[in-house]
Amino acid sequence: MDGYIIATVIKAVLVLSIIAALAGFGTYLERKVLAFMQRRLGPMHVGPYGLLQLAADGIKLFTKEDFIPSGANRLIFMIAPMITAATAFIALAAVPLLPEFTLFGVTVKPIISDLDIGILFVLGMMAAGLYGPLLAGMAQDNKWGLLGAARTAAVFLSYEVVTGLSILAPIMIVGSLSLIDFNNYQAGGMGDWLIWKQPLAFVLFLIAGFAETNRTPFDLIENESEIIAGYATEYSGMRWGMFFIGEYANMITIGFLASLVFLGGFNDWGFLPGGLAILLKVSFFFFFMLWVRASWPHIRPDQLMWLCWKVLMPLAVINVTITGFVMMV
Amino acid sequence: METFAFYLFSILIIGLFTVTVLSRNILYAMTSLAAGMVLISGLFFLLGADFLGVVQLIVYVGAVMALYAFGMMFFDATGVVKENNTPATTVFLLGGLSAVVLVVIFAAPAIGGNVHALYPTPDGATNPQAVGLVLFTKYLIPFEVAAVMLLVAMIAGIILAGKKMDKSLSRMKDESPASEKDVK
Repeated sequence: MDGYIIATVIKAVLVLSIIAALAGFGTYLERKVLAFMQRRLGPMHVGPYGLLQLAADGIKLFTKEDFIPSGANRLIFMIAPMITAATAFIALAAVPLLPEFTLFGVTVKPIISDLDIGILFVLGMMAAGLYGPLLAGMAQDNKWGLLGAARTAAVFLSYEVVTGLSILAPIMIVGSLSLIDFNNYQAGGMGDWLIWKQPLAFVLFLIAGFAETNRTPFDLIENESEIIAGYATEYSGMRWGMFFIGEYANMITIGFLASLVFLGGFNDWGFLPGGLAILLKVSFFFFFMLWVRASWPHIRPDQLMWLCWKVLMPLAVINVTITGFVMMV
Repeated sequence: METFAFYLFSILIIGLFTVTVLSRNILYAMTSLAAGMVLISGLFFLLGADFLGVVQLIVYVGAVMALYAFGMMFFDATGVVKENNTPATTVFLLGGLSAVVLVVIFAAPAIGGNVHALYPTPDGATNPQAVGLVLFTKYLIPFEVAAVMLLVAMIAGIILAGKKMDKSLSRMKDESPASEKDVK
């Protein structure tokens, strides 16, 4: 029992520190990738190839004044960024990050808590994460913030249905809600990947994932060109940094979910060992999100709602129905 | 450990819902409501009902989010809402009711000794399977009735909100009398 608690604490600390560091490194990668796609150089001045830009940004975030506007609701204003960051990492607790491996004669399961309803827990926690932007926007007594909060509620109510329905068809095929069962179902090589059986669900899940992580075609809750910074208008320093870390951690979580559910998870992929395979897949999804950001413009809130409710949701329902018929016959 | 967690969750839940009722700031009221709903799922997790816990989490996160949208429309989020004074009879009635509820709560352990599971979980069934088994055998008809009711509510909602849905709001002409005068 004691060993279990100690192991869990060690895993939690490791996941927290590694993902937080990756989230920070992700900002550098994003700027570089975007720059190359737009034929610029990106950050170049701090360190070799701008690598130390990360440290410079970190110092700036940590030392900046923690500013709270006079009309704001102080308590809620201070809690909101923590909700985003905390829920992003709690969601990661139920995600199996790597295959089991043996270290110093002990078998390590790289998952903090193996729930048999893992996928629902992850999606529910990520959904709860949107309370961060919502509360931040409402508490700061700023009209741009309030607009951001209103858009948060609209985005949330739009994509949530699509996420649930799109993931339902793979759940029906696998017959389990555990992410490890999803992974084991696709153990027989590339032909067993669920993306071949559920291509539509994969596309729908990915689109909803973009809305969930607030990435560019759907980043209307902090759309700089329309509403300053939306919910984050009045935030500065580390509180703003927490929103950022939460967003990047969510991107990584969506990458893991998409790889585990549709792309064969951490099974060995040809000659690649499983651990490397899943890291490659997650990196691809991360890159894909940056790629889309460089290629597509923002869309309006009503366009997002139209897309989710009138196009994606009927498609998802049809997909679930067809899957059900095929499984019954 | 479980006892400690139970009392921690209970105290937090009751405290948060008290804030919901007593606070005059709409933001505090709704935030504590959402937090209380999330913490209730903790009680389900303690009882080993993981599936119900997650359903509680997902459903209420969405439901309270919709409530926030209404709160945003009707109230100033950073201000204090002015409330009417409640009449004495209501206070008297509600006070009496709470006293009765308190007595029932403290008497609950005595009654609770006789409670046993009517449909115990089959051996080897996981959490979602156990819920599904009971739902699709014993409680099939209530389940279907609830589904039909939700469908009716959805269609009614579409009809209520659907007037002029085929026209774009931004291109719609102003139909107030003033604009007609301008045209003439």
